[in-house]
Amino acid sequence: MPKMSAKATQTLARVFIWGSGIITVLILFLIVGYVLARGLPEFSFSFLFTAPQGGLSGEGGISTAIVTTIYLVILTVAILIVPGIGAAIYLAEYAKDNWLTRLIRYGVDTLAGVPSIVFGLFGFVIFVTALHFSFSLLSGALTLVCLLLPTLIRTSEEAIKAVPRSHREAALALGATRWQSIWHVVLPAALPGIVTGIILCIGRIVGETACLYVTMGGSSAMPTSLLSGGRTLSLHLFYLAMETTAFEKAMATAAVLILVILVVNTIVNWLSHRFQARMHGVG
Amino acid sequence: MSRYFVDRNAKYLVFVCASTSFVILAAIAMFILEESIPAFQEVGFLRFVFGTEWRPTLGQFGMLPMIVGSLAVTAGAMVLAIPLGVGCAILLAEVAPHRVRQLLRPAVEVLVGIPSVVYGLVGMLLVVPVVREIGGTGYSVAAGALVLTAMVLPTIISISEDSIRAVPRRYKEGALALGATHWQTIWHVMIPAARSGIGAGIILGIGRAIGEAMAMIMVTGNAVLIPTSPLDPTRTMAGGIAVEINYASGIHQSALFGVGVVLFVVILAINSLAMVAMRRGQGA
Repeated sequence: MPKMSAKATQTLARVFIWGSGIITVLILFLIVGYVLARGLPEFSFSFLFTAPQGGLSGEGGISTAIVTTIYLVILTVAILIVPGIGAAIYLAEYAKDNWLTRLIRYGVDTLAGVPSIVFGLFGFVIFVTALHFSFSLLSGALTLVCLLLPTLIRTSEEAIKAVPRSHREAALALGATRWQSIWHVVLPAALPGIVTGIILCIGRIVGETACLYVTMGGSSAMPTSLLSGGRTLSLHLFYLAMETTAFEKAMATAAVLILVILVVNTIVNWLSHRFQARMHGVG
Repeated sequence: MSRYFVDRNAKYLVFVCASTSFVILAAIAMFILEESIPAFQEVGFLRFVFGTEWRPTLGQFGMLPMIVGSLAVTAGAMVLAIPLGVGCAILLAEVAPHRVRQLLRPAVEVLVGIPSVVYGLVGMLLVVPVVREIGGTGYSVAAGALVLTAMVLPTIISISEDSIRAVPRRYKEGALALGATHWQTIWHVMIPAARSGIGAGIILGIGRAIGEAMAMIMVTGNAVLIPTSPLDPTRTMAGGIAVEINYASGIHQSALFGVGVVLFVVILAINSLAMVAMRRGQGA
């Protein structure tokens, strides 16, 4: 093969690089466009506000799935906040560079890579079976807490570390204890960053299926207590696609999920831009 | 309560919070292993991992077809996702003007956020029929690989981009000053300097692909056999657990936890490898 001139290689490389970018954007447009184009026409008041009827034809709407998703989001975030932000405070403010910290960081990093279905197996043994929560909202939420801890810890730690040192020093100089400076000065300043992390977690909760498939049962009834089973929008989509012929309804559900993700991403981008601008402004 | 009392104890409280992750990790390993012991004892560890027959009703539990299935879809996805992802990362880090970057980066973020069941559904309705045109039922290794490509792309892109960006400016300036073209600089200087980070991104992408359950159930056809062509159906480890766990009991359930143990160990190995690569990248 004759050696290509540097210029020819450069042109070829340019085609490859731009081609990759264009293909990536095309993949996204294909997925989002296809789902919205096929799903949105199915939208109607009754689709959003009637319960799924079940059966092979998958009649009915998605009202109970929407309610279950909202319950699950609230429950999961409520349980997740204290250990997640607490761990972030420890790692950002207290942790020394020693083997204990390395062990804790190893735990966070490794947990982040564990597949959803393995969390599902864990939740199934602990929450569903051993603790007798059965297939329920509570089992699903506790499993999700385990799954999402690393996400919230990482984002909150970043946010806390972004608060300028001068804030802490000013508080300590005024006679505040270390905890007072964290609680009254650092956390309020880091709040937008922490909220960004929580919203990212909400996006994950809405989209998660594998670990919920083995811990929530999948009943399409309206949940009445923490111990009733249920299906979120994602689970409902899965059941529609696998067990019914109602692909149009599955597409409409997918359209709802895509819209949720687009909203989540927009809020996250907006918040984190503002947060960064503010931290640089005062720093 | 005196503020000094609060100050002293808050430290211990947040330490307990921080230890939770490690405790959960250890608990996952312990409980999954414990649940799987009956199956390992009954079948024998080696026959469990390397057996080729998976027939729960006959008490045969050999998970090799699922291991091969996971490897096949992952390898297929990587063949497509690595060049695409690295190309896209170079574009974002080095080539694209500001305005293109502002369009591309949110696009990658949306790809991360799309739920796996949506990927699965689009795969069923869009990818499977295309594969069916070539041959077979369409529910196949090829369909699984194509769906996974889209799912792992953002992981590879974002981590590779970060590591290309982290290459010191003077490397690039040195190469350009020696008369290299922009592409020669990227290919001979920047990419080699960023290779650990790019490697970490690829390894994490592999981890994500192997762990994916729902999308794979939806497009691979779930037949437990060793695929001989990309058009054959297959079942992955993660998908296999999800397909059967809700109706399994006794030794069958234990066997599914056994699959979970193998999956967990594979993921641990992959993540450790990624962490080592990441650390080497930072040291460079």
